[in-house]
Amino acid sequence: MSTAAAHDDHHHHAPTGLKRWLFSTNHKDIGTLYLWFSFAMFMTGGLLAMVIRTELLEPGMQFVDPEFFNQMTTVHGLAMVFGAVMPGFVGLANWMIPLMIGAPDMALPRMNNWSFWILPFAFLILLSSVFMSAFGAGNPAAPNFGWTFYAPLSTEYGPASTDLFILSVHMMGISSIMGAINVIVTVFNLRAPGMTLMKMPLFVWTWLITAFLLIAVMPVLAGAVTMMLTDRHFGTSFFNAAGGGDPVLFQHVFWFFGHPEVYIMILPAFGIISAIIPTFARKPLFGYASMVYATASIALLSFVVWAHHMFTVGMPLAGTLFFMYMTMLISVPTGVKVFNWVATMWRGSMTFELPMKWAIAFVILFTCGGLSGLMLAITPVDFQYHDTYFVVAHFHYVLVSGAVFSMFAAAYYWLPKWSGVMPNKLLGELHFWSSLISVNLLFFPMHFVGLAGMPRRYADYALQFADYNFWISIGGFWFGLSQLLFLAVCVLCAMKKGEKAPARSWEGADGLEWEVPSPAPFHTYDTPPVVK
Amino acid sequence: MSEHNLQQRNQRTLRKLLIWAVAMFGFAFAMVPFYDVICDITGLNGKTSTTASTDGPSKVVEDRTVTVEFITQRGDGVGGDFTAATRRVEVHPGEITLVNFFASNPKSSDIITQSIPSVSPGEAARYLHKTQCFCFDQQSLAAGERKEMPMIFYLDPELPRHINTLTLSYTIFDVTDRVAATNN
Repeated sequence: MSTAAAHDDHHHHAPTGLKRWLFSTNHKDIGTLYLWFSFAMFMTGGLLAMVIRTELLEPGMQFVDPEFFNQMTTVHGLAMVFGAVMPGFVGLANWMIPLMIGAPDMALPRMNNWSFWILPFAFLILLSSVFMSAFGAGNPAAPNFGWTFYAPLSTEYGPASTDLFILSVHMMGISSIMGAINVIVTVFNLRAPGMTLMKMPLFVWTWLITAFLLIAVMPVLAGAVTMMLTDRHFGTSFFNAAGGGDPVLFQHVFWFFGHPEVYIMILPAFGIISAIIPTFARKPLFGYASMVYATASIALLSFVVWAHHMFTVGMPLAGTLFFMYMTMLISVPTGVKVFNWVATMWRGSMTFELPMKWAIAFVILFTCGGLSGLMLAITPVDFQYHDTYFVVAHFHYVLVSGAVFSMFAAAYYWLPKWSGVMPNKLLGELHFWSSLISVNLLFFPMHFVGLAGMPRRYADYALQFADYNFWISIGGFWFGLSQLLFLAVCVLCAMKKGEKAPARSWEGADGLEWEVPSPAPFHTYDTPPVVK
Repeated sequence: MSEHNLQQRNQRTLRKLLIWAVAMFGFAFAMVPFYDVICDITGLNGKTSTTASTDGPSKVVEDRTVTVEFITQRGDGVGGDFTAATRRVEVHPGEITLVNFFASNPKSSDIITQSIPSVSPGEAARYLHKTQCFCFDQQSLAAGERKEMPMIFYLDPELPRHINTLTLSYTIFDVTDRVAATNN
């Protein structure tokens, strides 16, 4: 495997056209590929969500049959988690980590190329079953068991395409593990002289910890789908009660992966927000060291809370209490972060450019999602909330107005560095306000219908939920369409249409990435900068 | 640092991380026996012992009565009835009790079945001893056969005081194909 330094020898024959992207070992190009791929998956997953919201616009069955509806909820979740959020953060890591620590490239550029190019094929395999389903091949043609693919729904009762799903999850896992290894090797071995660990920007810190989480749990997910595969075809009984296995075991294995996965999707967001708020508050980040320790403790705690997803399976009292207290404990380091962001803004010379707007929206809405999470952590209460729209509201608040908003913030913040032009202000403002209002119209009422008992993953609902669901659907369509504005902003930047961006694109911006020109040249930091 | 050194360091870090990833893949499988051990200790999944208990109860606690309920479920592919002769019995801990279960096979071919027990609350699973149970072995049902399947049990006299009712659930599965697959 070639190192970044060896790679520099090839400076002068940079391939052009399609080959530039197919064979790229450049962290900026690969980052761009990741980001566009993530956006494409975001729109694809969004389209599936539109089908869900169309069916739920009115009570009764109107547009799709329940079987197809189940496929929509399943593939929507998978596309968003594994296709939009995770690759989006990997794209940001690729672009920004080498720039932030003064490295010429990622440490393992060829592996970097491979880890990206596996992804489109993984999703081609997964989505092919949806196309087959939409055009009437087989019933059901696509996975229909929810993104959590609980056994026995995905083993004994899974459709034939479950095997496609298993293969694609394996590929996504390999891609993420390689991406994570690359981040760790880069951060450990390629930091510029003087860039000590405790001088690293928080985005690098949060990604380093995320990468460790990925290496720890993606193989467990691979193990879970492997067990599913052997249960389905090779006569094992890991999850099959008839053969002496236990379906509940599946939930333990899955959530041992699944809970750290939740933090994999939010820790890099914390890093982004910790970069943006100091810039526009024109103050250094409050409590840098405590942010690092809080991130690390969230990561550690994430391994001992998994069973809070399964309080209702029947657990000894001591077990539920343990998982309940551990879960509530996570709100302490998370609270440290939120207070640090607020303290950073306190008496700062704040201005409200686009990245800052998204970052503040993140802080407020993510905290809403965190609070409903705290409610869900309380075992007796969870018995009522379990598998209702309250849960759906909770995780969409932390994932959409949390993780996704942070990626919008990151895009507006670093687009000048990526493209060399400032993102279009008018379109950006429209995108922000439109998304902010619609996301709340979309997800806030879900709390109410959830508390009133509307179960998730159903294609129909009782009449009493009709009004709320109508408005939720309107919010959904509105939020979905708003993202076309973001597409327009990105396309304008890619076409270099807009105000030219200076190297330090934002007045208060601090960090090595702002020392290089905008757009960042193809090769940066061939000779490492010296960090004072 | 020379370029060669850096390459070596990168390779070293890469190798360590790969080993870790492979180990975590193994850990997923290690969770299976680990889960079984935890279940044995805590009764987490309500499984009762799969072998007959040989030593009888030490005593009968006459002054205590516990309700034992029986529920039966049919797993995938079992077409016939599966019922218990009685829905509930009142027993003293230590008292040996026989309950008959019935299974029928309306199909025109013989089937092999396996019944899986589960006790709720799981905590009580350890205190339910069976001296004989149809669930210990696979039961074959000839075409059209209706079979009486006895189960003899007693509750441990040490059953914790707060457990007044326990539910024993049996799910019957058709394992004909599975058995055929292993025999080939």
